[in-house]
Amino acid sequence: MILEVKDLRVEFPTRRGTLVALDSVSFQIKEGEVLGVVGESGAGKSITGMAVINLLEPPGRIAAGEVQLEGRRIDRLPQHEMRRVRGRKIGVVFQDPLTSLNPLYTIGRQLEETIGTHLGLSPKECREKALSLLTEVGIPAPEARYHHYPHQFSGGMRQRVVIALAIAAEPVLLIADEPTTALDVSIQAQIIALLKRMTKDRGTAVMLITHDMGVIAETADRVAVMYAGRIAEIGPVREVIHAPQHPYTAGLMGSIPKIRSAITAQKQKLQQIEGAMPRLNAIPAGCAFNPRCPRRFARCLSERPELLAASASRSACWLHDARAA
Amino acid sequence: MTPALLRLEAVSRDFDVSAPWLNRVLERLPTRMLRAVDSVSLEVQQGETLALVGESGCGKSTVARLIVGLYAPSAGRVEFHGRRMQMIFQDPYASLNPRWRVRSIVAEPMLFRKKQSRSEIREAVSHYLVQVGLSADDGEKYPHEFSGGQRQRISIARALAGEPDLLVCDEPTSALDVSVQAQILNLMGELQRRLGLTYLFISHNLAVVSQVADRVGVMYLGRVVELGRAADIFARPRHPYTRMLLDAVPDLDMSGKARTPVAGEVPNPLAPPPGCAFHPRCPLANERCKREVPQVIGNVACHAVAEGRI
Repeated sequence: MILEVKDLRVEFPTRRGTLVALDSVSFQIKEGEVLGVVGESGAGKSITGMAVINLLEPPGRIAAGEVQLEGRRIDRLPQHEMRRVRGRKIGVVFQDPLTSLNPLYTIGRQLEETIGTHLGLSPKECREKALSLLTEVGIPAPEARYHHYPHQFSGGMRQRVVIALAIAAEPVLLIADEPTTALDVSIQAQIIALLKRMTKDRGTAVMLITHDMGVIAETADRVAVMYAGRIAEIGPVREVIHAPQHPYTAGLMGSIPKIRSAITAQKQKLQQIEGAMPRLNAIPAGCAFNPRCPRRFARCLSERPELLAASASRSACWLHDARAA
Repeated sequence: MTPALLRLEAVSRDFDVSAPWLNRVLERLPTRMLRAVDSVSLEVQQGETLALVGESGCGKSTVARLIVGLYAPSAGRVEFHGRRMQMIFQDPYASLNPRWRVRSIVAEPMLFRKKQSRSEIREAVSHYLVQVGLSADDGEKYPHEFSGGQRQRISIARALAGEPDLLVCDEPTSALDVSVQAQILNLMGELQRRLGLTYLFISHNLAVVSQVADRVGVMYLGRVVELGRAADIFARPRHPYTRMLLDAVPDLDMSGKARTPVAGEVPNPLAPPPGCAFHPRCPLANERCKREVPQVIGNVACHAVAEGRI
């Protein structure tokens, strides 16, 4: 197991009381596996990624649970050791490539720095490695582009450079937080293909955070659907998309517009979930989804469901409680 | 046939992106013009939804601004045969004045329409708020008290208050989560059926467009490359760019069909390629495509289609 997250709880202490951003989140990612983490804004998907690499924005903190990388606990590591883990063991790709690149340095220099820091190669070897990485991520004429600054690249090309940076030190885990959200659909398809190829070849475990089910369907092996700081459903991607078990996942799948096929040429109404996800300071008692749930019953209002086995997935919903059935 | 509600006739719009005057003089730089919209012609009929779709920088938002008169066309004509139009913007956080109560926001377009008494206006505001799925009491609140989806409902209520003949919607759901997007798209569809609204709908999202549009215009680098009935375009796309865009949409059914990876990027609009702007990325491009700008023939601007090569 590359990454193992157990009962993770993240809190943000504020003057008006403690906000629980993540509550008993558990999942695992194997070597070479892509876990998609999907949810709407505020569901806690990015916080999960940040908690794994221990870069929570203060006052946010891990209040309980643990994070293990290759069997070693990393959530309690002192900052200087954690810095070595990030970059060397865990690569990160963020949504906006401009914020992950330093505008003042050429991309060649940024790659060399990362490679030199983590792999301890000679300057000449660093340069060779950097060039081969740029070639691998599909930058045309890497020799010429080597001395260019980030602003001289297009959005798609910048994201390629960021991916090259993230995998430069051959990490075992790659966390990609909305890597294609800022890109146009044709470029998005290129970046997804690139991410898949780069990680398959290397056997890297990937945590792919996105709000876009389409990206998940294309890329992930398994998917975790998050809602209000918890995992609502987790399972193989095919199961979750074609046979969603949690009423939230079902509603979410129904609300995604799809390209009309020739057969259903009529405009159709989308399935919709009433209301919106609760804010962190107003998460209802019982199941957090209960006010919007079309299938709620008495128990949902008072008791919080754990992840229960449901078909091939696990779903945090009382409908799947075998004892009650 | 009744005349179209809106007609664009070979509309173009240039922007001056030259260096500042002093630099031009000292460094002898030339003036540079960027053609954001290039001879776009289209019609919108009463009661229909025309969607414009394309990637960033293709000029779709500029077309919206030309239509509502926020920009003047550099060439061509915009004809509008209605009385009023309203616009719904992408960002519901930036398009509502945070210092105004919702009732004042929604009432504003009415003040320009006809003289109404205060109680009439109050009643009308409640009516519009209820129509978009909010409650009449919400008028007393400020925009920050609402979520993104509810704010977009307020924008729609404000637009309706102007009793527009045409609603220009520029990416109205792009800033929203999918479950909220579904609510807004359904609401817009319902309002159209009930009130007979006409929409010009601008979006980069093909799936959203296929959900709302009667007709679709596909834009690339300032030009409309394909225009036609939504059902036809989605079932039988003709222009290679339309095919490429449709192919790039992630496949939710996971049918496992092989997708042709899309090559290349949108070229720099400051130096558009000669001939057909799409030729550097087009698998079917030949010598003619590199020289000659394709004209719209039978709704498609493509040499390969005209010559029967696809």
